[in-house]
Amino acid sequence: MAGAPPFPQPSGLQAWLLSAEPNSRWQARFGRGYLGWRSFTNNPLAILGLGIVVLLVLVAAFADFIAPYSPVVGGDLRTERLLPPSETFWLGTDDQARDIFSRIVYGSRITLFVVILVSVIATPIGLLVGTVAGYLGGWVDTVLMRITDIFLAFPRLVLALAFVAALGPGIENAVIAIAITSWPPYARIARAETLMIRNSDFIAAVKLQGASTPRIIMGHVVPLCLSSLIVRVTLDMAGIILTAAGLGFLGLGAQPPMPEWGAMVATGRNYLIDQWWVAAMPGIAIFMVSLGFNLLGDGLRDVLDPKAAK
Amino acid sequence: MTSSIAIGSGGHDVLRFYLTKTVQFIAVLATTLFGLVAVTFFIGRIVPIDPVLAIVGDRASPQVYERVREELGLDLPLIQQFWIYLKKAVTGDFGNSVLTTNPVMTDIANVFPATLELATLGTLIGVLFGIPLGILAAVKRGTLIDQIVRLLGLVGYSVPIFWLGLMGLLLFYAKLDWVAGPGRLDVTYSYLYEPVTNVVLIDTAMQGQWDAFWDAVSHIILPASLLGYFSLAYISRMTRSFMLNELAQEYVIAARVKGLSELRVIWRHALRNAAVPLVTVIALSYANLLEGSVLTETVFAWPGLGQYITNSLQNADMNAVLGGTLVIGATFVVLNLVSDLLYRLLDPRTR
Repeated sequence: MAGAPPFPQPSGLQAWLLSAEPNSRWQARFGRGYLGWRSFTNNPLAILGLGIVVLLVLVAAFADFIAPYSPVVGGDLRTERLLPPSETFWLGTDDQARDIFSRIVYGSRITLFVVILVSVIATPIGLLVGTVAGYLGGWVDTVLMRITDIFLAFPRLVLALAFVAALGPGIENAVIAIAITSWPPYARIARAETLMIRNSDFIAAVKLQGASTPRIIMGHVVPLCLSSLIVRVTLDMAGIILTAAGLGFLGLGAQPPMPEWGAMVATGRNYLIDQWWVAAMPGIAIFMVSLGFNLLGDGLRDVLDPKAAK
Repeated sequence: MTSSIAIGSGGHDVLRFYLTKTVQFIAVLATTLFGLVAVTFFIGRIVPIDPVLAIVGDRASPQVYERVREELGLDLPLIQQFWIYLKKAVTGDFGNSVLTTNPVMTDIANVFPATLELATLGTLIGVLFGIPLGILAAVKRGTLIDQIVRLLGLVGYSVPIFWLGLMGLLLFYAKLDWVAGPGRLDVTYSYLYEPVTNVVLIDTAMQGQWDAFWDAVSHIILPASLLGYFSLAYISRMTRSFMLNELAQEYVIAARVKGLSELRVIWRHALRNAAVPLVTVIALSYANLLEGSVLTETVFAWPGLGQYITNSLQNADMNAVLGGTLVIGATFVVLNLVSDLLYRLLDPRTR
């Protein structure tokens, strides 16, 4: 390293992160994470998406402090019904004289609840089915993939509808129904990744060391499938939100008086022509949040899964 | 799998190849349809409502209850019940709808044309606008038009379809009064024509009822444009990426070097090659519109399969729900397989 460096040399923490010769595995990991973060922050749209999602989480966490009114109990039915947006009611009031802004704020909790629960249920199922099918191959692969294809053959909303019809309406059943319809694409992706991994030398090495099949799948295959799966799940979250809102709109998701955004749009439908804000405002919330997840997913894909990006 | 690259007995092998492909196709179709039936059977079994109680009421004597239970075949082992269900499903017998008391299949045959009418028009709009937009975005990459196409796609993936439909009604029906409101036809025109195909646009045009025809157009234009937008968002995005792929190929450079006009290079050379995967995309988007129609039909009071399913849902009419689900699922499967087949037929490289 002779001569004056043309650029200011990174110092301190940054130098430690960017070091070409990390001293420990942790340093290398943090370094990679830092590089990923740098390329992620280069994309303004991805930052916007992240901002929206962070905002959603914050609003859900601090709903009690943000919302000026109760989401369930309305005001005076004689004077405060269906009021247009104003200084006291920022987004107007609905047919029960409830403040729409407060309802949207509390509704963020339901949206977050659905998204988190569905991904927590569906991702492990897809991961397990995909890696097992891909790693074992043979008839296990055939059977598991045929089952996956059958679930993929139903349009998502229609299958979710049928399940909710059978289980009965309600937010928990909606989550179960959406989770049942969400795992097949994850299984496909996990399988495709596994097929690429399973013949690598390091798998052969682990096998020769005597590792059992479950250990190889759980310890060596699954971690390598995670990054592309995370991208896919994030991109899918917009779809999950839209499906949940659709179920809510049809009266099959969260039940009244829960402030679920889709159900709120359905209420507003009755007052569409003269009191448009009742239907419009919750729809804008759904749109913003699913836009946020889409932008975040696109950004994550560029960082974590450069192969898939065009 | 054995790779059979036999040289010599050409014609025979090609025939065998197509035969294997056809058998595979039928096998995939059959197992998937079997799976669909199995899934709907399973869903029907987890219903917490006792189907016997739903028919006889809670005051019936145990004898009556037992008799109805036997009539419904619910006393048989589950596997036998499934066998009966499967045999009936193959012949299109899904039982009677509780709501309309008609056989479910008759109901579906009545409402399905309305859904097809809407989805077909939607796909047409999507293809007509989506493909040129996608080509333009690919040719003028990085410019304003490219950004617009990207934005259209992004919004299409993020906006709730039922909300956009309501806002469309608010703007174009209530405020601007450009289009007719929900429904398929004004009551005044409903009895002016004979429903033959159940596709109003065709029926009215064939019978020369032009007033009714234009009324139908004014009703369908908004929901069809709505579905068309979602189809456009998908098709334009895919067209763009296919065209970018083709425009980077060497034959395009060769065509340009030969001095062909840019229009010719784009439309005759690049688009022709991009057309093959596009067929698949169009079929897929058509299938997706079937799903989108469930919510759209609810918003626009459109008497199609989507509305039939949601109406039956609200009345706990499981036969109708499962029959409708199965029909949509089967259409979906067939469209997917047909698009796959078309791809193989049109692209000689896949042979």
